[in-house]
Amino acid sequence: MDSIIEGFRKAFTLIINLDAELLSIIFLSLRVSGTALLIVSIIGLPLSALISLKKFPARGLSISIMNTLMGLPPVVVGLFVYIMLSRSGPIGFMGLLYTPSAMIIAQTILAFPIVVSLCHSAIVSVDPITKQASMALGATPLQILVTIIKEARYGIMSGIIAAFGRVMAEVGAILIVGGNIAGYTRVMTTTIALETDKGNFELAIALGIILLTISLTINSALHFVQRKGALPINR
Amino acid sequence: MSLRLNISNVWKSYNGKPVLNACSFSFDRNGVYVLTGHNGSGKSTLLRICALIESPDKGEVNYLSGDTPLHPPLPMGELKEGVFSEGNILKKDIGLRRRITLVLPGIGVFNTTVFNNAAYGLKIRGDKSKEIEKKVNDILEFVGLIHKKNHNALTLSSGETQRLGIARAMAIEPEILFLDEPTASIDNENTEIVEDIILNMKKEGKSKIIIATHDMMQAGRLADCMLLMDEGKIIKV
Repeated sequence: MDSIIEGFRKAFTLIINLDAELLSIIFLSLRVSGTALLIVSIIGLPLSALISLKKFPARGLSISIMNTLMGLPPVVVGLFVYIMLSRSGPIGFMGLLYTPSAMIIAQTILAFPIVVSLCHSAIVSVDPITKQASMALGATPLQILVTIIKEARYGIMSGIIAAFGRVMAEVGAILIVGGNIAGYTRVMTTTIALETDKGNFELAIALGIILLTISLTINSALHFVQRKGALPINR
Repeated sequence: MSLRLNISNVWKSYNGKPVLNACSFSFDRNGVYVLTGHNGSGKSTLLRICALIESPDKGEVNYLSGDTPLHPPLPMGELKEGVFSEGNILKKDIGLRRRITLVLPGIGVFNTTVFNNAAYGLKIRGDKSKEIEKKVNDILEFVGLIHKKNHNALTLSSGETQRLGIARAMAIEPEILFLDEPTASIDNENTEIVEDIILNMKKEGKSKIIIATHDMMQAGRLADCMLLMDEGKIIKV
């Protein structure tokens, strides 16, 4: 019990003193997950709009695949990215294995189906009358698309925030492809796993507290967005 | 030159059930046309086809400026090019589509302020914000919603929503305004307000107004030309 209390005491000291190692780990985590999410949003949002609004062969199958991939096990993604990036893999020549870029790739793959599926759900739940009203008022196809995305904005934001929460808390894939190299690819979750293994609780606890704080912030943001989206309708 | 609408031999069916059967009519003069008939007689479908929201299975919808058919005339096979989403047809002739508009029974308000809703049509046309502000304020005053301009449109009552739908359409000054059951789900007080708005627009004489309603009394109050529909045809003028 004493060692746990001591661990918490030291952890708070690290946080209060803004320990350099602690900060670098936090910033790397945010950089990797933030970049992954940015990439996913840029690719995933137009794709989800396409799946939601355009008819094409195998559209239903695409939606089912995306929904299934939402539950993709991170270690499987890690294994897949590892194989692709390893020296004998198809893109091994790029030398990305055990770099932050490899971690970004893994997190992008993990976040992609979450963003696409949740954004798709948000877009298809927009009242079809809204589309028709926009059309009747003389909007171009692009303006209609923008209108629909604006109408779905709270659902879209929820999807992106949910994906951010998932990738921030993820450990399996980035551990495999990042290698948990100190000062280079070591992020919050992988550090917690490693330091716990070593019995160095103070850094693990400090990062645990930060991770929980980030998670709480993300969930509060999600709650706020969902509440804002659910306006009272006095009709 | 005012915009004229000529529909000729228009057919439409849903799931094999015919809704419009060789429907033809020329909306030549300015004023208020009222399509009446019982539920299922084809009024709303005809309005949606005329407003280029849907395409008919067969027949032609032609818009003419004076006696000249607008380019392109609209053989309905062509409309299918613009399929954007389930059942929604996007006519590529944006220029023409921006000269007409339809107020749907459910309105389809956007999740933003009353002002932004009313300004939508002007914003997508790229009008200047100062002009938009003045015009929209005037129109919201006209329909009695100026005091709610900063409220979220989703919080309006049914009657207010209906008035907003009309305001949004009026803002773009359409040459032809289609109104589909404009007072179907609102109380008597709001019905009177909406009818007054329509009568004032009629007095101004800027638009051709084509209304679908099942309320014969209302049709009598508003119409310059009353059209009775039954089984997908205009049977009496």
